[in-house]
Amino acid sequence: MSGEAKTQNEIIEKYSGENKALLSVQDLHVWFELRRFGFGRAGYVRAVDGVSFDVGRGEALAIVGESGCGKSSLMKTILGLYKPNNGKVIMDGQDLQTLDAKGMRWYHSHVGYVQQDPYGALAPFMAVKKILEEPLIVGGIKSKEERQQRIQKAMEEVKLFPVEDFLGKYPHMLSGGQQQRVVIARAMIMGPYFLVADEPVSMLDASVRVEILKLLRGLQENHHLSVIYITHDLSTVSYFSERIFVMYAGELVEKAKVDRLLYNPCHPYTLALLNGTSVPDANNAKTFKEIPPGEPPSLVKPPAGCRFHPRCSRMIPDTCDVKVPPDFEPEPGHLVKCWLFQ
Amino acid sequence: MADEKLLRVKDLVLHFRTTHGTVQAVDGVDIELDYNRAVVIVGESGCGKSSLAKAILRLLPRNVEKYSGEVNLGGQDVMKLDDEDFRLNVRWVGMSMVPQAAMNALNPVLRVGEQVSEPAMIHLGMKKEEATQAALKMFQHVGVPADFISRYPFELSGGMRQRVAIAMALVTSPSLIILDEPTSALDVLTQANIFNVLKRIKKELGTSFILITHDIATSSELADEVAVMYAGQIVETGDAGRFFTAPLHPYSQKLMASVPRLRGTKELEFITGQPPSLVDLPIGCRFAERCPQRFEKCSQNPPMIKNDGRTVKCWLYH
Repeated sequence: MSGEAKTQNEIIEKYSGENKALLSVQDLHVWFELRRFGFGRAGYVRAVDGVSFDVGRGEALAIVGESGCGKSSLMKTILGLYKPNNGKVIMDGQDLQTLDAKGMRWYHSHVGYVQQDPYGALAPFMAVKKILEEPLIVGGIKSKEERQQRIQKAMEEVKLFPVEDFLGKYPHMLSGGQQQRVVIARAMIMGPYFLVADEPVSMLDASVRVEILKLLRGLQENHHLSVIYITHDLSTVSYFSERIFVMYAGELVEKAKVDRLLYNPCHPYTLALLNGTSVPDANNAKTFKEIPPGEPPSLVKPPAGCRFHPRCSRMIPDTCDVKVPPDFEPEPGHLVKCWLFQ
Repeated sequence: MADEKLLRVKDLVLHFRTTHGTVQAVDGVDIELDYNRAVVIVGESGCGKSSLAKAILRLLPRNVEKYSGEVNLGGQDVMKLDDEDFRLNVRWVGMSMVPQAAMNALNPVLRVGEQVSEPAMIHLGMKKEEATQAALKMFQHVGVPADFISRYPFELSGGMRQRVAIAMALVTSPSLIILDEPTSALDVLTQANIFNVLKRIKKELGTSFILITHDIATSSELADEVAVMYAGQIVETGDAGRFFTAPLHPYSQKLMASVPRLRGTKELEFITGQPPSLVDLPIGCRFAERCPQRFEKCSQNPPMIKNDGRTVKCWLYH
């Protein structure tokens, strides 16, 4: 136990200065090859196309985007499940690509993963105790007593009380909220300092959703965790994170602090997402929403120039459809990939 | 018109038989709906809201233990009809349904045009060409390009498939459509698009809707009225505007306080505990155990109390 606490403290000390990133993603490209009849190459699906960002220690970051924008591919690359075609993922000073099998075990014991669908993420034939013990065995914790202790502690942390009642239960005997707590306990059990949460509440009911979000927020603050929170629902973001990245067609089109993005959105796509998100109001039923026409582009042959230009109402001819926009900075710390802010 | 209400559901009961006992999924539900109005039935998973939709449309599984009550559609008590009569003359023609995850329920080996025109051929006795024309007209209403008619479901995106499912429910021009979680698996922009489609249909065709959902925020896009369902019963009904600003029932209040707002500053709340099992329901108010405002009277079953044009099943308003 003390060993774990020490490493966590070390990490905290190491990254306590400004501008020191725990995770650094540099110009990441993840392309999937499309094969034709097993041999010929039919092109690539450019799921992640030139993404760079840093995550500081103890920072909660949200990545927002629609399905198919590449946010899950980005996350899986960060978790080391996909190999990037280009670019680097550097965690705690170590390039992910240079790690061997032992290194990856080190990596996975420090990076937790909370899946979207809790029922799908838990093996139906394992009891809760077994589910939580598995990562400890893989992580090389030999003492049975210590494993027991850690399970006890993790379950108390996610508020599965009384612990004894839950240890012998199988996933189907738990409610959706309880299943998600087990998933979170499993992600936390090795004492990670980094957590990736992929739509952790999208499958849950409204009242349970808040409970889980608060639980995650509490864990993040208590353990000084860095969290990447992936979601399509902008309305939950402000309750959870400090910065938001908006992803569209494999690229991060806007990066900003949460309140700046909510009150001063710059990219036309961000604006559309904000307009599309409902808050309960009876006036909604009386008006039609303005939605950009069309659908997100194919990632095999993305549009030239800005990838949003075919749907954008403020498109500048001969600029947006020709040149790829770089990151502009309309205000300090607020980056947007859009020619309007040149 | 003898009855100006389109739909009047009275004391509707649907119980299922299971190995664990009787599941009281729908337990004495009353709903009324006018022409060209939309009511949203809000509830959490397992509260019986999908069973309510099935009970209204008489889409019953085999293990039904009790099915009773009155479903009055356009002045006719359709509960008195036999199954065949109901199938031919009420389902699709009078009211139709877009089931949950409808976009994944399309037949993968039939072109979407055939699937949309089929109800018109069976229920309205249309010839094939006529039905295809009707389908094309509906495609226009829901915003599916006409040339999609000869495509297969896998060639369409999720949003387009959902539109096709709505077109299918519309093709027989029913006066009522029941939507079960129409947008729960879709992206934000696609969701907003589908609600634009539904609003347009309501305006242009005068259709009424029952929208069943757990998502209060997006349901406000269509709602004229709201009914809150908890443990097999409706606990509050009323005008949407007043519900969104000041819900009456303690459960509704908690539910509204748990809805995240885009630019919200208020602390979100959640409801402790879990809803009661529908097999073993408590005596008295079913929310009492989790209710912060309970008092002695809550051990008795509260009646539906009228409160300034709204109704609420709670002793606080007695």
